[in-house]
Amino acid sequence: MRQLTFAGGIHPPDNKEWSADKPIEACPLPAEFVVPLSQHIGAPATPCVAAGDSVARGQIIGEAHGFVSVPVHAPTSGEVVVVEPRPHPSGALLPAVVIRADGEDRWGDFPKPEPLSGLEPEDIVEQIRLAGVVGMGGATFPAHVKLSPPAEKPIDTVILNGVECEPYLTADHRLMLEEADRLLDGVGVLQKIFPDARVVIGIEANKPDAIAHLQQRCADSSVEVVPLEVKYPQGAEKQLIKAVTGREVPSGGLPMDIGVVVQNVGTVAAIADAVLRNLPLTERVCTVTGSAITEAKNLRIRIGIPLSHLVDVCGGLTAEPGKIILGGPMMGAAQVGLDVPTTRGTSGLLLLTETDLALRETEPCIRCARCVQACPANLLPTTIAAYGRLDRLDEAEQYRALDCIECGCCSYSCPAAIPLVQTIRYAKAAILARKRSG
Amino acid sequence: MEQVYLSSSPHIHSGASTPQIMRAVIYSLLPACAAAIFFFGVPALAVLLIAVLGCMACEVVCQRLMKQPVTLNDGSAVVTGILLGLNLPPTSPWWMTLLGAVIAIGIGKQIFGGLGYNLFNPALVARVVLLISFPVQMTRWTAPTPLRYGVDAVTAATPLGEWKTAVMLTGRLPEGLQGGTFSYLVGNMPGCVGEVSALALLGGAIYLFRRKILTWHIPLSYVASVMILSGLFWLVDPGKYPDPLFHLLTGGLILGAFFMATDMVTTPVSPGGMILFGVGCGVLTVIIRLFGGYPEGVSFAILLMNAATPLIDRYMRPRTFGVVRQGGAR
Repeated sequence: MRQLTFAGGIHPPDNKEWSADKPIEACPLPAEFVVPLSQHIGAPATPCVAAGDSVARGQIIGEAHGFVSVPVHAPTSGEVVVVEPRPHPSGALLPAVVIRADGEDRWGDFPKPEPLSGLEPEDIVEQIRLAGVVGMGGATFPAHVKLSPPAEKPIDTVILNGVECEPYLTADHRLMLEEADRLLDGVGVLQKIFPDARVVIGIEANKPDAIAHLQQRCADSSVEVVPLEVKYPQGAEKQLIKAVTGREVPSGGLPMDIGVVVQNVGTVAAIADAVLRNLPLTERVCTVTGSAITEAKNLRIRIGIPLSHLVDVCGGLTAEPGKIILGGPMMGAAQVGLDVPTTRGTSGLLLLTETDLALRETEPCIRCARCVQACPANLLPTTIAAYGRLDRLDEAEQYRALDCIECGCCSYSCPAAIPLVQTIRYAKAAILARKRSG
Repeated sequence: MEQVYLSSSPHIHSGASTPQIMRAVIYSLLPACAAAIFFFGVPALAVLLIAVLGCMACEVVCQRLMKQPVTLNDGSAVVTGILLGLNLPPTSPWWMTLLGAVIAIGIGKQIFGGLGYNLFNPALVARVVLLISFPVQMTRWTAPTPLRYGVDAVTAATPLGEWKTAVMLTGRLPEGLQGGTFSYLVGNMPGCVGEVSALALLGGAIYLFRRKILTWHIPLSYVASVMILSGLFWLVDPGKYPDPLFHLLTGGLILGAFFMATDMVTTPVSPGGMILFGVGCGVLTVIIRLFGGYPEGVSFAILLMNAATPLIDRYMRPRTFGVVRQGGAR
C-alpha cells in the first residue's frame, strides 16, 4: 500500500527494538504518589482535598478551572499526606497532592455508565472532560476542547494518531497491538460525536504488526488504517493531517478550522474508559528505555509515580545517565533528577548515557541548508535562529518564527551543532511575551 | 547520580559535522585531481600541492595573527586549496599559485571572519584576481601529454579560446575545432588543471549526491540554463555559435556548476533561491562566453551571483506550511 507522508523531516535511528516486543506489564504500585495539579496545557486544577483526607482511586482531588482545564484524580486509594509544591516535570516546583497508598487500590463509587446509544454528544464530551482525558501523545491538550468544535466548523475527518514517530518509544505500538478493543471502543465513541466523519488510523510503516492487526480488526467497518512513511515528525499533528488528507492547517489556526480532529491512540482508549466504563484517567502506557536502563519495558503506569520507582521496576541503571528524558529524544523534556512524578503526558522515560548525547561545541553556520531541507514547517531555521540570538524579534517574527512546531529536525541535522530550535523556541517565547505585554 | 545534563530538546544529533562534509567534498574531488595528473603530469600535481599547502598555511597564519583558534581541522582550507588548484592552468608558476592561496584564504575568507562568513567563493576570488593581474600566465595553456611526462609541453589554446579567437577574427566558427566530444568528455584537451575531465568531475558529483551533500537545484538549473540559452544562439546561427554540448563539456562549466556554484557558504539556502542562483549563473556564463572579452565566463558568473546571494535569500523564502501565498514575498 502507498505510504502517505509530508515534506521535509528526518530519519533518526528509531531504537525501538529494545522495547517493541515487550508486552505491556502492570507497574507495581509505589508506597507514595505525587500527583501534580498541573498536568495539562491550560489552567492548573485547584486542590479539593487536604492532608489527612482519605481518597479512593479515581476520586477528584483537583478541580478544573475554566474550559481549557480538566480535573485531577487520585491514582490509587490511600491517605493525603500533604498538598505542597513538589518537583514537576516542567522543572519548576508546582503544587501536587501527595498520597500514601493504602495498598487496597480501591476504586471510588461511580455511577454505572449509561449506554452509548442514550448519550448526546454534549454529555459524552462532558464525561471525557470530567474523566480528565488529555492528549496522551505528550502535548496534554484537554481532549474535550478538541471534541467541542463550534457549529460553524464541521468535522469531516477524525484521525487517530498511532504514528509514534519519536525514536525509542513503543507505548502506542503496544497499545494498538494489545488493546485494540479499548481503541476501537473509543472509535465508537468518537463516531457518536462525529457521526458523519471519516475515521482514519495513521500508523508509521515501521509497525507492520500493528497495521496488520488493526486492518484486520477494522476490515468490516468504515475505519481506515493507513500506513505512513517512516519519517520524523510524521506524528506531529499538522504533518499527520497533511499526510492523510492533503490539507494544511492554516498558520495560527487549529485542525478544526479545516474540519479535522486528531487524537492520539492512547487518548482514544482513555476516552473509551471514560465514556463506556465511567473510569477516569488514572493510568497510561509508558515506555521505559534507553541505554542506561537494565531492561527496557512497556509499563502500565499510574499517574504520580516517582521516576525512581520506574527505574527500580526496570532493574535499575546500568550506567550513569547523561540525561533523564520524559518523552522521546526529539521533543521530550530533560529532568534534573528521578524524583519527579509521571503525569498523563508521560509517554516514555528515556535514560540516555553521555555517549548517546554526542555533545559538541557549536561551530559557525556554513549555510549548508540542511535545516531548511529538514524543516517540516518550511521555514529558514538558520535565519530565524540568527535573528533570535541577536534578540531581533521583529525579523524573527517576520521570518515566521511562530509557525515553528519545535520538532527539532533543524538542530538534529545541523553539522555545526547550532542549537537552532532551542534558539527559535526562545525567540517564540520572547515574541509572545512582547505581544502579551502589548 | 552525580549530575545530568539539562537542556531543551532535541537530545540526540545526526552526527553530521562540518569536517565530515569537507572530507566528502575532498574525496569527491580526487578523481578530478587524478585526471589532472594523468593528463598534465607533474606540473598539475605541483599546482595542486602548492595550492593546498599554501591555503592551509595561510589559514594558520591568519588565525594566529587574529588570535583566533586555529580551525585547520574543519578541512575547509584543504577544500579551498584543491578547488583553487583545479582552477589554475597547469603551467602556473609556483609563486602565482602561492599568491592565489594567500588571496583565497586571506582576502577571500579570513578577512570576512573565517568559515561561514565569506560572501564570495574564496577559490574564485583568487582565480579572478590572478586572471586580471597575470593575464599572460593565467591564459598559457598546454596540450595534455598523457603518459608522456618527460616531454616538453606544447602550448595550445583551450577549445573555448580557439573558438573566441576565430570568431573575433572571422566572425565564424573555426574550421574543425581540435578535439571532439570524446576528448572533451574524458578531459583530453587544454584547460585548467581540474576542469578538463567531465567524467572525473561527474563521478565525484555523483558521490556527493549520494552522500546528500549536493542537492540538484544549483547544478541542474545552472547546466540546463547554459544549454538552453546557448542552444538558442546555436539554432539561430550554427556557423557562428558553438553547440550546447561544446558549452557543457569545454571550459569550466562542470567544475563550476557542480563544485564552485554549490559552495554552501556563498549560495542561497532556500530551494527556490538555489534555482534562481543557478539560472543566474547560467545566463551570465553564456553572455560572457558569447559576448564578453574573455572566452570563459564561469568564474565571473558565479562571483556575480555570490554577490546577489544575500538579496536572493531575502526575497526567495519558501512558502511556510499553512500559509497561502499572496503576491510576492513581503
